[in-house]
Amino acid sequence: MFEPFYISFKLASITVLILFLISLPLSWYLSQTQSKIKPFIEALTALPIVLPPSVLGFYILVALSQNSPLGTFFKDTFDISLVFNFTSLVIASCFYSLPFMVQPLQSGFESLNKNILEASYLCGKSKLQTILFVALPNIKPALITAIIITFAHTVGEFGVVLMVGGSIPGETKVASVAIYEMVEIMDYKGAHIYSAIMLGMSFIVLLSVYTFNAKHKRKFGL
Amino acid sequence: MININIKKTLHGVNGPMNLDIDLSIKQGEFIALTGPSGSGKTTLLRVLAGLEVAEGEIEVNKSFWLKNNKSIKAKKRSIGFMHQENALFPNMSILQNLLFVINDLELALRLLSLAGLTELQDRYPKTLSGGQKQRVSLCRAMMRKPDILLLDEPLSALDAKMRTQLQSKILALHKEFNTTTIMVSHEPSEIYKLSTRTIILDNGHIIKDGKTQEVLLKSQGSQKFSFEGELLELKEADVIIIAIVAIGQQIVEIVVSKKEALDLQVGQTVIVGTKAFAPTILCPSR
Repeated sequence: MFEPFYISFKLASITVLILFLISLPLSWYLSQTQSKIKPFIEALTALPIVLPPSVLGFYILVALSQNSPLGTFFKDTFDISLVFNFTSLVIASCFYSLPFMVQPLQSGFESLNKNILEASYLCGKSKLQTILFVALPNIKPALITAIIITFAHTVGEFGVVLMVGGSIPGETKVASVAIYEMVEIMDYKGAHIYSAIMLGMSFIVLLSVYTFNAKHKRKFGL
Repeated sequence: MININIKKTLHGVNGPMNLDIDLSIKQGEFIALTGPSGSGKTTLLRVLAGLEVAEGEIEVNKSFWLKNNKSIKAKKRSIGFMHQENALFPNMSILQNLLFVINDLELALRLLSLAGLTELQDRYPKTLSGGQKQRVSLCRAMMRKPDILLLDEPLSALDAKMRTQLQSKILALHKEFNTTTIMVSHEPSEIYKLSTRTIILDNGHIIKDGKTQEVLLKSQGSQKFSFEGELLELKEADVIIIAIVAIGQQIVEIVVSKKEALDLQVGQTVIVGTKAFAPTILCPSR
């Protein structure tokens, strides 16, 4: 009965992991660069916030479908279809949730005192060592915010998932889509249970983020 | 031996300015870098550290840090750098701050004890006072046993008492590790106490370079004056004694008799004044 939740969480976990690896270098670059192309990259990464999910879903569908060059390539080479399966959900979610990972990390990195980054270089440390041992530990609130909000946002997505993944039970039918279908077939009891779980969980997630951040601020004064 | 010959265009508050420095420094020298703000002192330090790029050459102990536009990275230069403030890693304890540089516990503990910080080693930077933080920062800068120690106005954010304390620590470490030290400072008394050589920059160029005493001691006209200053030194010269006094941004020499000198103590605040031609020196309490 709770399979859609399982799929939602699996999807969100994988998305967080992939997005963290992509966003770490991207947000670091954006926080340090003074290049003229910075606003373009920032605008591109922020697009999923303002675009209707159906627009995003539509373009992803077009780009990945078996008639597109990319879709044809994957079909011919690996015999993988990129739409209406779990893989397509992961790809779509990565686009959809990208700004929620990049933006907190970027503003976290930007808020760091430049002196401590320089000090790290002057201690003989490379950029990577500086990011891992100095920058990240000192932006824990931003880091936690980025990870939790990306997770929660991915669990909460609906439009993009429906367009790119459809609603295949056990494969692409996530919790939010399941609620939509329950309402359609007038299974209000099921919809109530699912919605209540989502509501409760979202609140607890946000509460823990804000509590952690307040505690961290008191402890380290960051 | 350190040879520096660099050029860089800066964009200061008064429009573009050319930093043009040609300088040789001997191993073990303690150099004070001074001059008006915006004259390129900090930039010179940052170029030396590899934090900013410039054209020209930097040669340190026969290896080139900068040559033909090839610059080796900050992390590969044997540099100890002390920022003006706030450069400790907040997520690490004092000891961890030092060990992050090089995992040498013995050296770290020795430095902490030299700086009088042994008891604070497990505290986090947030809980330290400004002076304590700068002492930690100094210890951390020494962890690599650097060829060059660069101090960018390290004491300017501290009060007078803290400054005096830290000055002696800086001098002690400079001697202990026989490092070459370059310090940016605006404080004549600090420059006088610490440095052996003083370089004055103005508008990106060296306008004075020499022994600290020679650069700082200016001859003064004999107008009537009365200023409060800090007594830095009493030098015996035959039958008279010369008092060195820091007044504001200036260091002056004043002749006093042996009898007058008995009442004076180095470090004391004194009033320097003149009644006719020869300045007299008085203790304010009298």
